[in-house]
Amino acid sequence: MNLNRSNSFQLDWIAVIIFTALVVFGYFNILSASNTGEFTSYIDTTKPYGKQLLFIMGSLILIATILSVEAKFYERFASILYIGSILSLIGLFIAGKQINGATSWYDFGGITLQPSEFAKFATALALAKFISDLQTNIKNPLDQFKAGVLVALPAVLILFQNDAGSTIVFGSLFFVFYREGISQYYLFFAVFLTILGISTLKFSAIITNVAIASLLIFYQLFLKRKKRKFKVTVIAFICSITLSFGIQWAYNEVLQKHQQDRIGLWLRLEKDPVKLESMKRNISYNLNESEKAIRSGGVFGKGFMEGTRTKGKFVPEQHTDYIFSTVGEEWGFFGSSVLVILFVSLILRIIYLAEQHKSQFSRIYGYGVASILFAHFLINIGMVMGLIPTIGIPLPFFSYGGSGLWAFTILVFIFLKLDSNRLNVW
Amino acid sequence: MRKILLYSLVALTGVCFIGRLFYLQIYQSTAYDLNNDNAIRKVFHYPKRGYIYDRNDSLLVANQPSYDVMVIPREVKPLDTTMFCNLLKIDKPTFLKSYNRANRYSPRLPSPFLRHLSKIDYAFLSEKLRKFKGFYIQKRSVRDYQTSIGANVLGYIAEANTKDIKKDPYYNRGDLIGKQGVEISYEKILRGIKGVKYIQKDIYNRDIGSYKDGAFDTLPIPGKDIKITIDSELQAYGESLMQNKIGGIVAIEPSSGEILSLVSAPSYNPSLLVGRERSKNYTKLYLDSIHRPLIDKGLVRMHEPGSPFKLLVALTALQENVISSNTGLHCKGKYVYGKNKRTMQCHCGGGYRNLKSAISFSCNSYFAMAFRNNINKYDNSSTSMDKWSDHIKSFGLGAFLGNDLSVGKKGNIPNGNYYDNWYPDFKWGATTIISNSIGQGEVLVTPIQLANMTAAIANKGFYFTPHIIKSIDDNEINPDFKRPKKTTIDSQHYDEIIEGMLNVYKEGTASFLKVPGVEICGKTGTAENFTKVDGVRKQLTDHSIFVAFAPKHNPKIAIAVLVENGHYGARWAGRVASLMIEKHIKGEVSLKNMEKLVLDKSLEDEYLKPYSGKAFKINDQ
Repeated sequence: MNLNRSNSFQLDWIAVIIFTALVVFGYFNILSASNTGEFTSYIDTTKPYGKQLLFIMGSLILIATILSVEAKFYERFASILYIGSILSLIGLFIAGKQINGATSWYDFGGITLQPSEFAKFATALALAKFISDLQTNIKNPLDQFKAGVLVALPAVLILFQNDAGSTIVFGSLFFVFYREGISQYYLFFAVFLTILGISTLKFSAIITNVAIASLLIFYQLFLKRKKRKFKVTVIAFICSITLSFGIQWAYNEVLQKHQQDRIGLWLRLEKDPVKLESMKRNISYNLNESEKAIRSGGVFGKGFMEGTRTKGKFVPEQHTDYIFSTVGEEWGFFGSSVLVILFVSLILRIIYLAEQHKSQFSRIYGYGVASILFAHFLINIGMVMGLIPTIGIPLPFFSYGGSGLWAFTILVFIFLKLDSNRLNVW
Repeated sequence: MRKILLYSLVALTGVCFIGRLFYLQIYQSTAYDLNNDNAIRKVFHYPKRGYIYDRNDSLLVANQPSYDVMVIPREVKPLDTTMFCNLLKIDKPTFLKSYNRANRYSPRLPSPFLRHLSKIDYAFLSEKLRKFKGFYIQKRSVRDYQTSIGANVLGYIAEANTKDIKKDPYYNRGDLIGKQGVEISYEKILRGIKGVKYIQKDIYNRDIGSYKDGAFDTLPIPGKDIKITIDSELQAYGESLMQNKIGGIVAIEPSSGEILSLVSAPSYNPSLLVGRERSKNYTKLYLDSIHRPLIDKGLVRMHEPGSPFKLLVALTALQENVISSNTGLHCKGKYVYGKNKRTMQCHCGGGYRNLKSAISFSCNSYFAMAFRNNINKYDNSSTSMDKWSDHIKSFGLGAFLGNDLSVGKKGNIPNGNYYDNWYPDFKWGATTIISNSIGQGEVLVTPIQLANMTAAIANKGFYFTPHIIKSIDDNEINPDFKRPKKTTIDSQHYDEIIEGMLNVYKEGTASFLKVPGVEICGKTGTAENFTKVDGVRKQLTDHSIFVAFAPKHNPKIAIAVLVENGHYGARWAGRVASLMIEKHIKGEVSLKNMEKLVLDKSLEDEYLKPYSGKAFKINDQ
């Protein structure tokens, strides 16, 4: 392993090693979670683990392809990739296949592809290309708007395909905007909106607004001597009223029943303990079972292929979205912590590498990669452990599925290719 | 700030996740318990329950297979219900009821459909079973009684109830556990240890293979056979003598403390509590509030001992040196005591009495005198009473015997404190509590305590704890049962008492109960007793009580007989005791007339008197 990066073709081996570890560890957990009956062979393509092995081989080919292409290609062709992926998303409305309520798949004679997974790296590339363009100034509101539309377009298309989870992932690209210099107020607004939203749903819009009003009055009377900012205060208050009732309306009218239930359960909106218990049993059945499986793992876990709850198929969707519960049960606290640390290290490594870049394009793209990975990591593991409401998105490199694995492989390796070219003068 | 935000959020998330993992997997989770994992099914393999033999190696209790019809509702196909019901001897509504109950429990899991099929029904059914999909037969092992006697001794087994399961986690729902008699005393030895197989199951409760290839599975360990001290022939004879009477017989071998027979009357056939009719029969037995057949009268019926207690009063007085064997008394048919010249009637016939003749004729006056001297020995009645009480208790009275029988009662032997509490403002003395001298008053004993007391007298001063176990698969039994327990009375004092008891048979109250060729030492007893009829205290016909041991030299049997409401001691209890002694010592009974008299006698009328609602006479013929 050559860590000397003066050579023109030098990968960041730390990231590659972590990537490999995640994919291999993921494969074995899929094997454990999807094995039924007597285990026969590792390459049984009728079973998910056998297929996953094929997907892994496919991603090896992808890696080889990505690395062999000239780094500049990705910057040059970012727009075309983006347009292609938007078209493929639109095409879903015509030729899409519905699985689990979401119309997110193309069916090529048994092989299904999910364009929304690929849209993620395409959008990240396009965003990097747009912001790094010399004519773009991200501090300029018009450019901010243009960049926002760039991200919102695929996100909205995916939302219409009833895949709200993936849409949320696009929201993580906010970190890219923030890093590139949009106003601090956006961050304040985002934090404010989050707090306002939770408070509205938990305590109702009226109580929330009364609380905000009191805070503002307190601020005006006791902390601010000069009354110059009176107007701002009023505007802030009107905003908060509008937003808070807007959120309440959106929760009641826009969200679907199962989404309301998930959020409601997470915020413990149901006070009646009997009803709450029955909600827990019915709505968060998956979560209950996955928590039970993780809890039963204890410190060291039950061992590979020895998880009783995994073997008994107690956790639905365990080899896809709930794969982390297998890790929890069979590898225990230590194994799960190692996995968490691997993910954290990979994301931190990517941010670190991105920050090193002089090329703005690579840095923005790297940030996009880190943000998307972070969103998946946060939402998936958070959901499986009951820390956030249930949102069905896969765990990168880990969950079963070809589209996901390939899309994440492309996402990461395009960045690693750009990174290996860091010192080259274009 | 802009550079740090994502860094810190990622790191923070990692920390939160590890914290959550710590909470779930270390803080909140108890150590992984295989037995509490609902992904694992435990399948038990029950070992053979140990057999029970009597002292002469005749088999009393064995096992038999019992067949339960099981059903998995989902797998049931349309069937010829008429034929099926005929085979099982049930009607259509019962069929539907059982089926629906099983279906409600779980359509996927097996449930019992009909329990305890007889061997014959099983044979017919198994031939046709292939026609009835979804039904199958599960074999279980239940008790097979080779005898119709000794239900109270042998006890019975039944499914463990919630209380049993709570008390001992070994048991699971549906497991069998000893509920009475030796089945409960030697439960752990008889039952063995069940084997367990851990089966991995899936979300639908289906078996998907053995857990870790059976690494945790265990093999069942069979229960051990036991031999009990009961002589089943003597036991059967005792039960037949006691038919139509309520009461108990306890016969002990004085030289070992082994219980030769333990009769509780009325008895029932132990086979009644096996099989399909079990619960019906049990309810019937349980609800019989007059006879209470499920209660072992020899062990738990407490009553005033009556005259046999005089033997201990005399022994205590001798030990305390307040009388001697020559002490005499002129009985005038009553004993007058206290300032108010209160009297105690005496039925001995009057005249000069020494210790020996006082025992033979059960002279109340004599023992009242002895008891009074005893209590007056020390300045403080309470101190004297404590001494007296200790002597009496050394015969195993007033406390549990510490034997291996599942039930028992302490009885009551009062001490000084007892009366101090009773009479807090009154200086009580011997005359206050004089009825204790003749075994009335506050003294309470059980028949087994009386038998043990008799054994201690027969041994001249020591006894072995009465016990029912003879051997466990040829292993040693509790060593405490082999250790003699000494009474506080010196052995030389017994001779005079034993002479007196011999005289009871020679010329005294039991002179018509002689057994040719056997020197029996006995003592009659007649205990007054009362009941409440509609809240009013009413006296009932006296309990007939008798204690005896034989032969005089090297005694082989010590016996106590209680026949409730049997009138005077020699009348029924005495006859039963004599017959039992002859049966045990000679192996056969020559007193045919006496035997016929006892067998034919029914006291049922006597027992129904308090429930008749009419006024009744007591102690009539």
